[in-house]
Amino acid sequence: MERVPVLKIGDILLVSIQVDMSDQTAVQLQEDLAERIVATGCHGVIIDITALDIVDSFVGRMLSTIASISKVLDAETVVVGMRPAVAITLVELGLSLNGIRTALNVERGMELIAATRDDDYGYDDLDEPGDQSTDTR
Amino acid sequence: MALSAEESGRLAGLLDEHAERTIQRWTELVGASLRGRLSQAELRRQVQELHRAVIEAARGGGFDLESESAGELRAVLAELSRGRARQGFTATETAISVYALKDVLLELLEADATDTALRDYVAFSSLVDQMGLFTFESFVRTRESLIADQAEQLLELSTPVVKIWEGVVAVPLVGTLDSARAQVVMERLLQTLVDTGSPYAIIDITGVPAVDTQVAQHILKTVVAARLMGADCIISGIRPQIAQTIVALGIEFGDIATKASLADALRHVLRLTGVETARRQPRRES
Repeated sequence: MERVPVLKIGDILLVSIQVDMSDQTAVQLQEDLAERIVATGCHGVIIDITALDIVDSFVGRMLSTIASISKVLDAETVVVGMRPAVAITLVELGLSLNGIRTALNVERGMELIAATRDDDYGYDDLDEPGDQSTDTR
Repeated sequence: MALSAEESGRLAGLLDEHAERTIQRWTELVGASLRGRLSQAELRRQVQELHRAVIEAARGGGFDLESESAGELRAVLAELSRGRARQGFTATETAISVYALKDVLLELLEADATDTALRDYVAFSSLVDQMGLFTFESFVRTRESLIADQAEQLLELSTPVVKIWEGVVAVPLVGTLDSARAQVVMERLLQTLVDTGSPYAIIDITGVPAVDTQVAQHILKTVVAARLMGADCIISGIRPQIAQTIVALGIEFGDIATKASLADALRHVLRLTGVETARRQPRRES
């Protein structure tokens, strides 16, 4: 069975989905990810879907589930690298992936997670408060 | 409808015998209807070509416009109406170029007022009718292709996506937004977001004459798609009347930021990204 690798970069876990997701792969990924979050104590998860040509309701649900699991384990999930065609299809289908944060690429995703963490700990209080957090959607 | 072998033989003979007179009279009639918008020489050349093509087709035995021997005649007619359509003549003016042949034939046949001549004239004129209809069809087809070309060009030129700041792109929408254009705009915008890695996009609708529920729907879809990809959209350039229409129609933009002008939108984005702009202090002369 194919397995999706989970890479640790600093305080962030990076999941790059390169294969077509099946039920089994998805469940395996959820388990792996949950274990890694607990084991490493990371506070951010980036799911890179650049390689996915098709995102259907199944993948959408999987992403939502992963986001919820990570949330419970106190890690922020950001989905990055969605292709224009995929985004258009999702909109046409009426799937808006509620509760999932998105960024254009891995780099932006890392910035977004860093910004959120900073906000949580109030590092930004010296500056204008709440500037970055307006990003939340 | 088709001419019999004898009839077409007689037609060819008639036109060939009085070639000079036919062409002369035909050119005159057409020239009068076009009111000098086409040069006499050019017109004469066209008529000659048509004349030759009709004879050519008639020589091949019994025929109508659909038959194989009339292939060249069809080509000449199509060419004629294509030319007229591109030069901006009306459909009537184009068709008259062909229908004038009827008058010419009548004048030729008037000489011997026999039963055969009458029957021939009816047969010939039904052929001319066919030719006229064919001309009309080609004319319309040419016009349609012109319109299609123009629509495509319009699509090409009216949807630029411009980068106005580091990480900020803008789409100045100009003209009516229908489904086809909205699709193009959406695709271009999303692709540009990916290519430039810009997390902010400003959709400026100053140039959109009217916003109805459908246009709003298209804009909202674009915004939602951009959000899915991780970029934020701001809608700007909402004119007072448009704001009123939007409220009257009950269109909800939800939590999408809307600004009155492009400048406001840019300022908003700059504040979000934490960029401060300040006027340079004028240097004091001491």
